[in-house]
Amino acid sequence: MSAPGDDGVLAAEIADAQFGPAEVSAAVATARPRRNTPGPLDYLRRWPLQLWLVIVGLFLYLPLITLMAFSFNDSKRNIVWRGFTTDWYVKALTDSSLLEAFGNSLSIAALSTIASVILGALAAVALWRFDFRGKTAFEGAMAMPIVIPEICMGVAMLVFFARIMPWPQDLVWPFNLGPIVIAHISFSFPFVAVVVRARLASFDRSQEEAARDLGATDAQAFRDVLIPHLKPSLIAGALLAFTLSLDDFVITFFTAGPDTITFPVKVYSMVRFSVTPEVNAASTLLIVLTVLLTVVALRFQNPKEVAGA
Amino acid sequence: MSSKPPIISIEGVTKRFGDHAAVDDVSLTINEGEFFALLGPSGCGKTTLLRMLAGFETPTEGTIRIDGKDTDGVPPNRRPVNMVFQSYAVFPHMSVADNVAYGLKIDGVAKAERDRRVEEALALVQLEGFGGRMPDQMSGGQRQRVALARALAKRPRVLLLDEPLSALDAKLREAMRFELASLQHKVGITFVMVTHDQDEALALATRCAVMERGRLIQLATPSDLYEFPNSRFVADFIGTVNMVEGTLKTDNPTEAIIATKELGDVYIDHAVLGNEGATLYLALRPEKISLFRRDGVVPPKLEDCPEGYNVVAGVIDHIAYLGSESVFKVILTNGRQMLVIRPNLTRWDQEDFVEEQPVWLSWHACAPAVLAG
Ligand SMILES: Nc1ncnc2c1ncn2[C@@H]1O[C@H](COP(=O)(O)OP(=O)(O)OP(=O)(O)O)[C@@H](O)[C@H]1O
Ligand SMILES: [Mg+2]
Repeated sequence: MSAPGDDGVLAAEIADAQFGPAEVSAAVATARPRRNTPGPLDYLRRWPLQLWLVIVGLFLYLPLITLMAFSFNDSKRNIVWRGFTTDWYVKALTDSSLLEAFGNSLSIAALSTIASVILGALAAVALWRFDFRGKTAFEGAMAMPIVIPEICMGVAMLVFFARIMPWPQDLVWPFNLGPIVIAHISFSFPFVAVVVRARLASFDRSQEEAARDLGATDAQAFRDVLIPHLKPSLIAGALLAFTLSLDDFVITFFTAGPDTITFPVKVYSMVRFSVTPEVNAASTLLIVLTVLLTVVALRFQNPKEVAGA
Repeated sequence: MSSKPPIISIEGVTKRFGDHAAVDDVSLTINEGEFFALLGPSGCGKTTLLRMLAGFETPTEGTIRIDGKDTDGVPPNRRPVNMVFQSYAVFPHMSVADNVAYGLKIDGVAKAERDRRVEEALALVQLEGFGGRMPDQMSGGQRQRVALARALAKRPRVLLLDEPLSALDAKLREAMRFELASLQHKVGITFVMVTHDQDEALALATRCAVMERGRLIQLATPSDLYEFPNSRFVADFIGTVNMVEGTLKTDNPTEAIIATKELGDVYIDHAVLGNEGATLYLALRPEKISLFRRDGVVPPKLEDCPEGYNVVAGVIDHIAYLGSESVFKVILTNGRQMLVIRPNLTRWDQEDFVEEQPVWLSWHACAPAVLAG
């Protein structure tokens, strides 16, 4: 109908489509369709908002970037840039007390994750499947550790293990980590329960009934139908629990004994002497690990993306 | 009929949720090899009754026997019945073959035998070669077949189907209807199907139970349900009907007259066996009424109108032309509206009857079903 490049006609057509005949003449006169009111994303093209984005970005990421950058600084101090080096990583990775702390952190995270996933998943399934007296109260009590200030949890744990249930000293690994593991389980299993419950909401109960109908016992139906459905949320919950445990400082600080130092607590004590780039290097490693785990956890929470899993 | 004991016998079964009776004192028996349909409006307790057969609900009162054995306390996994769920409930994380094999695996059937029976079941529902697919690569109709194959692979004594066709589109539903019938013929298993689609029930079932608000209203063959309904509810629920209220005027062993406000005196050629003056209902199917053009004031002579006897005057108000037949909405002189269905037997059949055309309506003396309530 119109030759390509014939701007006037084309513009008129676009204008026609957008505004209807009444506005066509105006549009043709300027040979350009007028802009409509900006859509939500259009605001991003305007400078005040772009500036705002930059400021927010700086606030969020500049400290982290600084921390990471100075972990490569060839200087004992964190103030002036002296050149690139990976010496601090070597130092961090050969510092035996730091490594021991890191090992403790990993053991604690692994143990508390396993327990949290089992407890959290069972709690979620129980709340989903059964109706019982005090269900609401139970649900509320279970979510408490999510909302209680960490410092209160920490103090509570300290008092508990000091007065009510003193933990014997000088136990062999992993029993020496007992108090920290218990404390970690108590604040991470509610998160697992929340994630698993969200997934349960999309479960079609007739699948479980179909399994029963085909001859499966309750336990077999649970194993063959419910667990596979929950798998993405179990993995996501596990990664969440692992990350929470790995970088917890406050509660761990109150429950750690002299020979059960964890990585965050160790970093804290190092910082109290001086902030050397070794701390930066160690922190950077922890950040990378945490971010990786979080990314994996998020991917598993969206089962669409892991349909093959 | 047969001397064999019924495969399912339901005796005085009631199921209460709280104080609401979802199934209310239902008794019926289902014979081996039958295609049995449970029919009724939404919420009448069909699914609940079926779930009690499968073992997912326990009766509050009464007994259910399957194959002669009391099922009280028998869990779903120990009953010789299998179910096809309304949502199909195909396991999404297993391949089609694994889905079908699941029940056999649980039963400990050896691998070779299992594979053979999976193939056999898939062939039965025409899904050969689909074993390796995942359920999300299958269409709704195919998933339904997977559910069927999975249940049939177990070789149950009874197959329970909860609205098996309701999730399919109209064309597919029609096709699957025939397939279900031929499938049942092939495997010879007793089918018990829940549906709220009367066409489906009439087309497939050897016998239908019509339920309303938890109670069994009528149990009969499809044609008996349609031609000899036992209540206004059944007459109304199955097909369309012109329902007219009247009182019994005369009642002899060979004939009866029912006085109605809307159709005048209606002549019936059999005894009604009621008290004179009792309120009765006439259920008159639209296709059992004949239409005649009314050009004068004289009703058609008896020899022109062998249905005779019962004639009323009206005017065609609206015609719905459906191809094979036409549905006429006729307004009688007293304002009552009647539906009449007339097959279009020839290609110019419909030309005689146009809107606004005055007509006579007549019906045979045995056409209406006389109902007490
Ligand atoms: N688990 C339950 N708890 C409480 N009430 C229930 C339960 N299951 C069913 N009911 C009630 O029992 C009645 C019958 O339900 P049922 O599912 O058997 O109906 P239906 O005939 O299958 O209906 P539809 O055609 O809609 O599937 C309904 O009123 C329903 O609300
Ligand atoms: Mg139902």
